[in-house]
Amino acid sequence: MQFRHKIAGGDFAKAGNVASSVKKVLQQLNIDHVISKRTVIALYEGEVNVVAHAYSGIIEIEIDEEKIKIIITDKGPGIADIDQAMVEGFSTATPQVREMGFGAGMGLSNMKKNSDFMKISSIVEEGTVVELINYLKPDARQESK
Amino acid sequence: MKITDIIKALNLKVISGQNGLTNEIKGGYVSDLLSDVMGNAKEGEVWITLQTHQNIIAIASLKDLSAIIIVKGSVPEADTIAKSNTENIPVLSTDQDTFSIAGRLFELLKKE
Repeated sequence: MQFRHKIAGGDFAKAGNVASSVKKVLQQLNIDHVISKRTVIALYEGEVNVVAHAYSGIIEIEIDEEKIKIIITDKGPGIADIDQAMVEGFSTATPQVREMGFGAGMGLSNMKKNSDFMKISSIVEEGTVVELINYLKPDARQESK
Repeated sequence: MKITDIIKALNLKVISGQNGLTNEIKGGYVSDLLSDVMGNAKEGEVWITLQTHQNIIAIASLKDLSAIIIVKGSVPEADTIAKSNTENIPVLSTDQDTFSIAGRLFELLKKE
Protein backbone atom coordinates (compact mmCIF):
# COMPACT_ATOMS: atom_id res chain seq x y z
CA MET A 1 0.00 0.00 0.00
CA GLN A 2 1.50 3.30 -1.06
CA PHE A 3 0.56 6.92 -0.55
CA ARG A 4 2.13 10.12 -1.79
CA HIS A 5 1.38 13.61 -0.53
CA LYS A 6 2.69 17.00 -1.57
CA ILE A 7 3.46 19.56 1.11
CA ALA A 8 3.73 23.32 0.59
CA GLY A 9 6.31 25.15 2.68
CA GLY A 10 4.77 27.75 4.98
CA ASP A 11 1.25 26.34 4.76
CA PHE A 12 0.58 25.93 8.48
CA ALA A 13 -3.17 25.65 7.93
CA LYS A 14 -2.65 22.21 6.40
CA ALA A 15 0.13 21.04 8.74
CA GLY A 16 -0.90 17.67 10.13
CA ASN A 17 -3.22 16.70 7.27
CA VAL A 18 -0.91 13.94 6.05
CA ALA A 19 -0.46 12.58 9.58
CA SER A 20 -4.21 12.68 10.02
CA SER A 21 -4.92 10.75 6.81
CA VAL A 22 -2.25 8.15 7.66
CA LYS A 23 -3.71 7.77 11.16
CA LYS A 24 -7.07 6.86 9.60
CA VAL A 25 -5.43 4.31 7.28
CA LEU A 26 -3.53 2.70 10.19
CA GLN A 27 -6.77 2.48 12.18
CA GLN A 28 -8.56 0.84 9.24
CA LEU A 29 -5.71 -1.66 8.90
CA ASN A 30 -6.00 -2.45 12.61
CA ILE A 31 -2.34 -1.65 13.19
CA ASP A 32 -1.23 -2.03 16.82
CA HIS A 33 -2.26 1.06 18.82
CA VAL A 34 1.25 1.80 20.14
CA ILE A 35 2.90 1.44 16.72
CA SER A 36 0.21 3.57 15.15
CA LYS A 37 0.62 6.34 17.75
CA ARG A 38 4.41 6.34 17.36
CA THR A 39 4.12 6.55 13.59
CA VAL A 40 1.64 9.43 13.73
CA ILE A 41 3.89 11.44 16.09
CA ALA A 42 7.01 10.90 13.94
CA LEU A 43 5.13 11.69 10.74
CA TYR A 44 3.50 14.82 12.15
CA GLU A 45 6.87 16.21 13.22
CA GLY A 46 8.35 15.44 9.80
CA GLU A 47 5.43 17.10 8.10
CA VAL A 48 5.70 20.21 10.29
CA ASN A 49 9.44 20.41 9.58
CA VAL A 50 8.72 20.68 5.85
CA VAL A 51 6.07 23.36 6.47
CA ALA A 52 8.28 25.32 8.88
CA HIS A 53 11.63 25.08 7.08
CA ALA A 54 11.34 23.97 3.44
CA TYR A 55 9.85 25.42 0.24
CA SER A 56 8.06 22.25 -0.74
CA GLY A 57 8.14 18.57 0.02
CA ILE A 58 6.83 15.13 -0.80
CA ILE A 59 5.87 12.50 1.74
CA GLU A 60 5.77 8.91 0.58
CA ILE A 61 4.28 6.25 2.82
CA GLU A 62 4.62 2.58 2.16
CA ILE A 63 2.88 0.00 4.30
CA ASP A 64 3.48 -3.73 3.92
CA GLU A 65 3.11 -6.72 6.22
CA GLU A 66 6.41 -6.02 7.96
CA LYS A 67 6.69 -2.28 8.29
CA ILE A 68 5.55 1.27 7.77
CA LYS A 69 8.15 3.20 5.78
CA ILE A 70 7.98 6.97 5.42
CA ILE A 71 10.21 9.02 3.14
CA ILE A 72 10.04 12.80 3.44
CA THR A 73 11.89 14.62 0.68
CA ASP A 74 12.01 18.40 0.65
CA LYS A 75 13.44 21.23 -1.37
CA GLY A 76 14.77 23.73 1.10
CA PRO A 77 17.71 25.18 2.98
CA GLY A 78 18.93 21.75 4.11
CA ILE A 79 20.54 21.02 7.46
CA ALA A 80 24.16 22.14 7.82
CA ASP A 81 24.92 20.12 10.94
CA ILE A 82 22.62 17.15 11.48
CA ASP A 83 24.12 16.22 14.88
CA GLN A 84 23.46 19.73 16.13
CA ALA A 85 19.91 19.66 14.70
CA MET A 86 19.28 16.43 16.63
CA VAL A 87 20.06 18.12 19.96
CA GLU A 88 16.82 18.73 21.84
CA GLY A 89 16.19 22.48 22.09
CA PHE A 90 18.22 23.44 19.03
CA SER A 91 16.07 25.11 16.37
CA THR A 92 16.47 27.47 13.42
CA ALA A 93 12.75 28.32 13.37
CA THR A 94 11.74 31.96 12.92
CA PRO A 95 10.30 33.97 15.84
CA GLN A 96 6.83 33.85 14.21
CA VAL A 97 6.94 30.07 14.02
CA ARG A 98 8.10 29.87 17.65
CA GLU A 99 5.29 32.13 18.80
CA MET A 100 2.83 29.55 17.49
CA GLY A 101 4.46 27.00 19.77
CA PHE A 102 6.42 25.32 17.02
CA GLY A 103 10.20 25.48 16.76
CA ALA A 104 10.94 24.21 20.25
CA GLY A 105 13.74 22.06 18.88
CA MET A 106 11.93 18.86 19.81
CA GLY A 107 10.75 17.71 16.39
CA LEU A 108 13.70 15.59 15.30
CA SER A 109 14.12 14.01 18.72
CA ASN A 110 10.39 13.21 18.77
CA MET A 111 10.88 11.55 15.38
CA LYS A 112 13.88 9.59 16.64
CA LYS A 113 12.06 8.46 19.80
CA ASN A 114 9.01 7.35 17.88
CA SER A 115 10.62 5.41 15.06
CA ASP A 116 12.56 2.14 14.93
CA PHE A 117 14.85 3.49 12.24
CA MET A 118 15.59 7.06 11.18
CA LYS A 119 18.04 8.34 8.62
CA ILE A 120 18.56 11.96 7.62
CA SER A 121 20.55 13.06 4.61
CA SER A 122 20.79 16.67 3.62
CA ILE A 123 22.49 18.99 1.20
CA VAL A 124 22.66 22.64 2.21
CA GLU A 125 20.62 24.92 -0.07
CA GLU A 126 19.12 21.91 -1.84
CA GLY A 127 17.08 19.94 0.61
CA THR A 128 16.66 17.13 3.08
CA VAL A 129 15.54 13.50 2.95
CA VAL A 130 14.28 11.81 6.09
CA GLU A 131 13.59 8.11 6.09
CA LEU A 132 11.57 6.59 8.93
CA ILE A 133 10.66 2.97 9.53
CA ASN A 134 8.39 1.44 12.13
CA TYR A 135 8.21 -2.34 12.18
CA LEU A 136 4.90 -4.08 12.69
CA LYS A 137 6.38 -7.21 14.22
CA PRO A 138 8.49 -7.10 17.39
CA ASP A 139 11.11 -9.54 15.95
CA ALA A 140 11.84 -7.32 12.95
CA ARG A 141 12.44 -4.39 15.29
CA GLN A 142 15.03 -6.40 17.23
CA GLU A 143 16.86 -7.42 14.06
CA SER A 144 17.15 -3.84 12.85
CA LYS A 145 19.04 -2.79 15.98
CA MET B 1 -15.37 12.09 34.54
CA LYS B 2 -16.72 13.67 31.38
CA ILE B 3 -16.06 17.05 29.78
CA THR B 4 -19.55 18.18 30.78
CA ASP B 5 -18.63 17.56 34.44
CA ILE B 6 -15.55 19.78 34.37
CA ILE B 7 -17.40 22.52 32.47
CA LYS B 8 -19.79 22.74 35.40
CA ALA B 9 -17.24 22.35 38.17
CA LEU B 10 -14.66 24.77 36.72
CA ASN B 11 -17.18 27.18 35.20
CA LEU B 12 -15.76 26.83 31.67
CA LYS B 13 -17.27 28.40 28.58
CA VAL B 14 -17.92 26.08 25.64
CA ILE B 15 -16.61 27.72 22.47
CA SER B 16 -16.93 24.87 19.98
CA GLY B 17 -16.81 21.12 19.43
CA GLN B 18 -20.15 20.44 21.19
CA ASN B 19 -20.29 16.90 19.80
CA GLY B 20 -17.25 15.95 21.88
CA LEU B 21 -18.66 17.06 25.24
CA THR B 22 -19.33 13.51 26.38
CA ASN B 23 -15.63 12.61 25.90
CA GLU B 24 -14.17 10.84 28.91
CA ILE B 25 -11.26 12.58 30.69
CA LYS B 26 -8.26 10.50 31.67
CA GLY B 27 -6.00 13.28 32.92
CA GLY B 28 -4.58 16.66 31.99
CA TYR B 29 -1.56 18.12 30.23
CA VAL B 30 -0.20 21.65 30.33
CA SER B 31 2.08 23.03 27.61
CA ASP B 32 2.30 25.75 24.99
CA LEU B 33 4.94 23.92 22.95
CA LEU B 34 3.24 21.85 20.28
CA SER B 35 5.99 19.24 19.97
CA ASP B 36 5.91 18.74 23.72
CA VAL B 37 2.21 17.94 23.56
CA MET B 38 2.75 15.79 20.47
CA GLY B 39 5.48 13.80 22.18
CA ASN B 40 4.16 13.56 25.73
CA ALA B 41 0.41 14.11 26.13
CA LYS B 42 -1.66 10.96 26.43
CA GLU B 43 -4.96 9.85 24.98
CA GLY B 44 -7.98 11.24 26.81
CA GLU B 45 -6.14 14.09 28.52
CA VAL B 46 -7.45 17.64 28.65
CA TRP B 47 -4.90 20.07 27.22
CA ILE B 48 -4.53 23.47 28.88
CA THR B 49 -2.81 26.09 26.70
CA LEU B 50 -2.65 29.73 25.66
CA GLN B 51 -2.28 28.84 21.97
CA THR B 52 -5.39 29.63 19.93
CA HIS B 53 -4.50 28.85 16.29
CA GLN B 54 -5.95 25.91 14.35
CA ASN B 55 -2.90 23.65 14.69
CA ILE B 56 -3.94 22.91 18.28
CA ILE B 57 -6.97 21.04 16.92
CA ALA B 58 -4.81 18.94 14.59
CA ILE B 59 -2.62 17.97 17.56
CA ALA B 60 -5.55 17.23 19.86
CA SER B 61 -7.18 15.11 17.17
CA LEU B 62 -3.97 13.21 16.29
CA LYS B 63 -3.34 12.52 19.99
CA ASP B 64 -7.00 11.70 20.79
CA LEU B 65 -7.10 14.34 23.54
CA SER B 66 -10.50 14.85 25.18
CA ALA B 67 -10.64 18.67 25.04
CA ILE B 68 -8.62 21.90 24.97
CA ILE B 69 -8.93 24.61 27.62
CA ILE B 70 -7.78 28.03 26.43
CA VAL B 71 -6.65 30.24 29.29
CA LYS B 72 -6.87 33.94 30.22
CA GLY B 73 -10.03 34.56 28.24
CA SER B 74 -8.31 34.34 24.85
CA VAL B 75 -10.59 33.87 21.87
CA PRO B 76 -9.60 31.24 19.30
CA GLU B 77 -9.42 32.07 15.60
CA ALA B 78 -12.43 31.29 13.37
CA ASP B 79 -10.61 28.44 11.61
CA THR B 80 -9.77 26.90 15.01
CA ILE B 81 -13.47 26.90 15.87
CA ALA B 82 -14.43 25.43 12.49
CA LYS B 83 -11.86 22.66 12.75
CA SER B 84 -12.85 21.91 16.35
CA ASN B 85 -16.43 21.32 15.17
CA THR B 86 -15.31 19.04 12.34
CA GLU B 87 -12.99 17.01 14.55
CA ASN B 88 -15.36 16.98 17.55
CA ILE B 89 -12.66 18.28 19.87
CA PRO B 90 -14.28 20.63 22.41
CA VAL B 91 -12.57 24.00 22.83
CA LEU B 92 -13.31 25.44 26.25
CA SER B 93 -12.35 28.79 27.67
CA THR B 94 -11.57 30.20 31.09
CA ASP B 95 -10.65 33.66 32.32
CA GLN B 96 -8.17 32.12 34.74
CA ASP B 97 -4.48 31.64 34.06
CA THR B 98 -2.84 28.26 33.44
CA PHE B 99 -1.59 27.80 37.01
CA SER B 100 -5.00 28.33 38.57
CA ILE B 101 -7.09 26.28 36.16
CA ALA B 102 -4.55 23.42 36.09
CA GLY B 103 -4.59 23.36 39.90
CA ARG B 104 -8.37 23.19 40.03
CA LEU B 105 -8.54 20.49 37.34
CA PHE B 106 -5.87 18.49 39.15
CA GLU B 107 -7.86 18.64 42.42
CA LEU B 108 -11.03 17.62 40.60
CA LEU B 109 -9.45 14.63 38.85
CA LYS B 110 -7.65 13.55 42.04
CA LYS B 111 -11.00 12.92 43.72
CA GLU B 112 -11.93 10.25 41.14
